[in-house]
Amino acid sequence: MNVMFYVAAVVAVACTVRVVTHVNGVHALLYFVVSLFAVATIFYLIGAPFVAALELIVYAGAIMVLFIFVVMLLNRGPQSVAQERSWLNPRAWVGPTALSLVLAVEVGILLFAGDLELETQTRVAPKEVGITLLGPYLLAVEIASMLLLAGLVGAYHLGREGGREGGREGAHREPGAGR
Amino acid sequence: MRPLSLQLVSVVTVLVGVLTLAAGLIWLERRLLAFWQERLGPNRVGPAGLLQPVADAIKLLAKEDWVPPFADRPVFVIAPAIVFVTVLMSFAVVPITPGIGVVDLDVGLLFFLAMTGLGAYSAVLAGWASGSKYALLGGLRAAAQLLSYEVFMGLSLMGVVVMAGSFNLRDIVDAQRDLWFIVPQFAGFVVFMVAGLAETHRLPFDMPEAEAELVAGFHAEYSGMKFGMFFVGEYAGIILISSLITVLFLGGWHGPWLPGWLWFFLKTMLFICFFILLRASLARPRNDQLMAYGWKVMLPVALLNLMVTAAVVLAVGD
Repeated sequence: MNVMFYVAAVVAVACTVRVVTHVNGVHALLYFVVSLFAVATIFYLIGAPFVAALELIVYAGAIMVLFIFVVMLLNRGPQSVAQERSWLNPRAWVGPTALSLVLAVEVGILLFAGDLELETQTRVAPKEVGITLLGPYLLAVEIASMLLLAGLVGAYHLGREGGREGGREGAHREPGAGR
Repeated sequence: MRPLSLQLVSVVTVLVGVLTLAAGLIWLERRLLAFWQERLGPNRVGPAGLLQPVADAIKLLAKEDWVPPFADRPVFVIAPAIVFVTVLMSFAVVPITPGIGVVDLDVGLLFFLAMTGLGAYSAVLAGWASGSKYALLGGLRAAAQLLSYEVFMGLSLMGVVVMAGSFNLRDIVDAQRDLWFIVPQFAGFVVFMVAGLAETHRLPFDMPEAEAELVAGFHAEYSGMKFGMFFVGEYAGIILISSLITVLFLGGWHGPWLPGWLWFFLKTMLFICFFILLRASLARPRNDQLMAYGWKVMLPVALLNLMVTAAVVLAVGD
């Protein structure tokens, strides 16, 4: 069980590193998807199957498809790969890497000190998640849904074609309008 | 937890069953289409043309497996595998009888929805990686269509979940011992069937590969067995949707006189044949009609169905 956790964790970290370092946009996003799989596996292992399934449905299945959709629409081609490569020169990544290494060492020390034993084996069934969400955390859920509604209304407003008078056929837009 | 040997037998049974049926569907679909169009269909290879899928497979395997030089090679190669893997993974949670079925997952229905969501990558990535305009357009259509129809595919099933009180597919089948969910959840059933049709991008919802406009859409650049993977994946997808309709709305293995697995098989075959009949009889809508239909008709129906179901369950109490 612990072995599986660490395997999944290593996969997650390695994939996330590749997301940052990969020069091809779509390939980087695919690594991101795999990283989400690994996180879902971890959720499942520590007894949260519901969260694991939602992670796959919402993040891997919907949001990342949208990301790839946008990258496809932009369809940058080979010149973007060259551009990315020039951005990833050592000067840019040495600093963050050194700082991350410090954190990695600290995590390693904590793990080997044995303070963090991973034995939280209480499975949380979907029903309990629902009861908790609509019970003690009802207010938080309502606030989150209001936030989402605001986002929805905003997106609808931004996506309206050419303001009040433009209908579906009113396609004579200024270039760059509605961005 | 069952013993490992029994587990393995279950896995192999389901896997071989699905793959055989998917291959058989190639023959069944062509014969049925021919029957409805008053012609004969493939009838040369083997008795009544039954060995046609074998001949097709040999042809596909013997073809040159060509990767276009302008394609993004790793993604191009992996895309056909994704649809196949996700569909086969989904079969893991489908309970065929109380004894046959790979896993008994608490979040089985969510697992199916997750796998369907991941299956969308296949068409999208194939379209992008091919590096040609028709394939890219097909991929874009696939992304829009699959994402939209996924939303109310999930919503249409929540009525069933509310009535059964569980995401576990076995519990859902058991909850239908007295009354199949197709009666109280008829709206959910219709929405799920339409969404399932769109998710497998079968005719009449095959906009991502509409051959009249897009050559062959997202798989225009594929040949040989890579194309075969899309093809078989699509048939496996039809079997998956049909068997899930059986499990969720038609009481799974429940039925009088006959053994459970036979009931399951018959109900599933009924829907498979229905899907083929739809292909034979319906015309393809335009892409914007499809999207408008989804968001303006299917989504409100699914939401209304969920609200009414929840209200009734709450009012009746149990």
